[in-house]
Amino acid sequence: MSDSSPSRPLVTFDGVSKRYGNVTAVHTMNLEIYEGEFLAIMGPSGCGKTTSLRMLAGLEEPSDGEIRLDGQRINEISSVERDTPMVWQSLALFPFLNVQKNVEFGLKMRQVQAEERRQRACKWLERMEILDLAERDISQLSGGQKQRVALARSLVTEPRILLLDEPLSALDANLVVRMQGVLSRLQKELGITFVYVTHSQSEAFAMSDRVVIMSQGRIEQLGSPREIYRSPASRFVADFVGANNILSGTVSQAGEDLEVKTTLGAFRCRTRTGDAFDVGDALDMVISADLVQISLEDPNTQNSLRCRFISEEFVGSIVTLFAELEDGSDFKVQARQRDLANMSLGEESSFFASWSTTDAHLIGAKE
Amino acid sequence: MSQDNSKSLLLRGYVVLVFIFVFTPIVTSFIFSVNSDRFPTIPLGHFTTHWYETIFADPDVWDAFRVSGIVSITVAILATFIGFCTAYTDYRYNFTGKALYLSLALLPPTIPLVIMGLAMLALLARINMSGEIYSIIVSHVVLCSPFAMAVIRMRLAQINPDLESAAWNLGASNWRAMREVIIPFCRPAIASAFCLTAAVSFDEFAVAWFVSGLNKTVPVIILEILQGNTDPQINAIGSIVFITSMTLVVLAQLILMRKTINQTATGI
Repeated sequence: MSDSSPSRPLVTFDGVSKRYGNVTAVHTMNLEIYEGEFLAIMGPSGCGKTTSLRMLAGLEEPSDGEIRLDGQRINEISSVERDTPMVWQSLALFPFLNVQKNVEFGLKMRQVQAEERRQRACKWLERMEILDLAERDISQLSGGQKQRVALARSLVTEPRILLLDEPLSALDANLVVRMQGVLSRLQKELGITFVYVTHSQSEAFAMSDRVVIMSQGRIEQLGSPREIYRSPASRFVADFVGANNILSGTVSQAGEDLEVKTTLGAFRCRTRTGDAFDVGDALDMVISADLVQISLEDPNTQNSLRCRFISEEFVGSIVTLFAELEDGSDFKVQARQRDLANMSLGEESSFFASWSTTDAHLIGAKE
Repeated sequence: MSQDNSKSLLLRGYVVLVFIFVFTPIVTSFIFSVNSDRFPTIPLGHFTTHWYETIFADPDVWDAFRVSGIVSITVAILATFIGFCTAYTDYRYNFTGKALYLSLALLPPTIPLVIMGLAMLALLARINMSGEIYSIIVSHVVLCSPFAMAVIRMRLAQINPDLESAAWNLGASNWRAMREVIIPFCRPAIASAFCLTAAVSFDEFAVAWFVSGLNKTVPVIILEILQGNTDPQINAIGSIVFITSMTLVVLAQLILMRKTINQTATGI
């Protein structure tokens, strides 16, 4: 049933802007959302991600541009007439209705007969594995159960697109992982489009086919989780996503193997196809913390730095080391716990971080 | 620990004193309403329902109860409706002059009742509307709406603003969302406002006295009886009025409290 290959756009944002007074929340946004894909919109708070979603739901009207659903302009169509149900951050379940009545709500508004309403609601309750809670009050449910009710309520009208506004932000860590699995599976089984707004990288990367990174009302990058993780398009993305080290410098030797001069010395980097830099160009070198090797002795390669150990963050098998470079800036290294076990790093001890010429990602600095 | 104990004991004593101060006159009045002596003296005579019988033998008193009943129920309906509309406007919309709108809406109870009564009489007499039952109703609606608004506004302040949007998102029109979401959510406050405004109207004397003409309400007839004679009939009718309004007020409070406790657990 699912056709995950990007076919035709279900939703198009065509130069959409949203202004509140003189504040621009969303800046001429162009975005195509495909039928059957799981798209995450991610960014820090105030980046315009929720506003974009609300415009799609018809709860805000764009100040400029056009939003198309299935090729049809929907700017003027009210939320009531669009079938773009949303799962809210606050869940927004109706506290005075029981589970069953909450799920039936959308059908009742569409004048579906009582008996059919009941059947269709039950089908979704069963699918969300909460049929036994049908008669409960909302106040008697746990966080995860409420989540499932909210999903059932939104999906009961069998929409082609489901909007989710940070629905997992109120859950504890274990439950978040479980619900990610539920959502991911659900999306694949239903084959409908999910648009998922979040500020959490792990949620976005775990579930989505494509991720949009937004900042200050603009799209910074759009791509698969892997692309965004390994090839951030801008310094903002490199800072926001993952654990990246960024060294700024200028090109001192052009060619396939560039030499980049920074305040910490010169480093050699292999350019990727499509990148072209001339001598004197300013650029940022992004070195992902998980691609860094560490050693106690100087490895005597050009791409190495002496680091002073500051602290470590231990989260199971992966350890993040926080260190300081000679010029006082921070440097992060991620390594497997068992590789570090015999290095005995302590306060004030220093180590060398090195990376291969192919592992640095280059971003041309914007003028 | 012992200091805490003595402190709480002191506080409790103080509360008891306050209650005694408030309720003594009422209890006294009730006791003498079932006492056989014509004048309130101690020692008491024997128990009697004579004074209640006398009161209810008086057709004027029946009339007054009828008028008061019609007035307070009508007022409760109208004032609760207006109060709800005002509170919802305040919750939903932002507009210039909102502060002014709110202060105007909440103004009536701050005006001394005598002034209010006089003003109402002056106005209603000028437009030939004084001395009728509806004159009392109109005046009491003005007086009571702010109470209804305050109670309902408190409830609306607790609503998750996403609820209404969620209803639209699920296909409910503005009116439908109002009917299916806002009103059910406010139902306890609406019931509470209804009881409260009914009590305020049932109790109110000054304004009713000015505008009622021949349609006397219960408080007005009490004054009349008091002026004529001073037997325990007054205590009897006073006790009835007290019990009626107290029941309404307590009911209002209970409805509100029960629901609030229920739904704070529901959380945000």
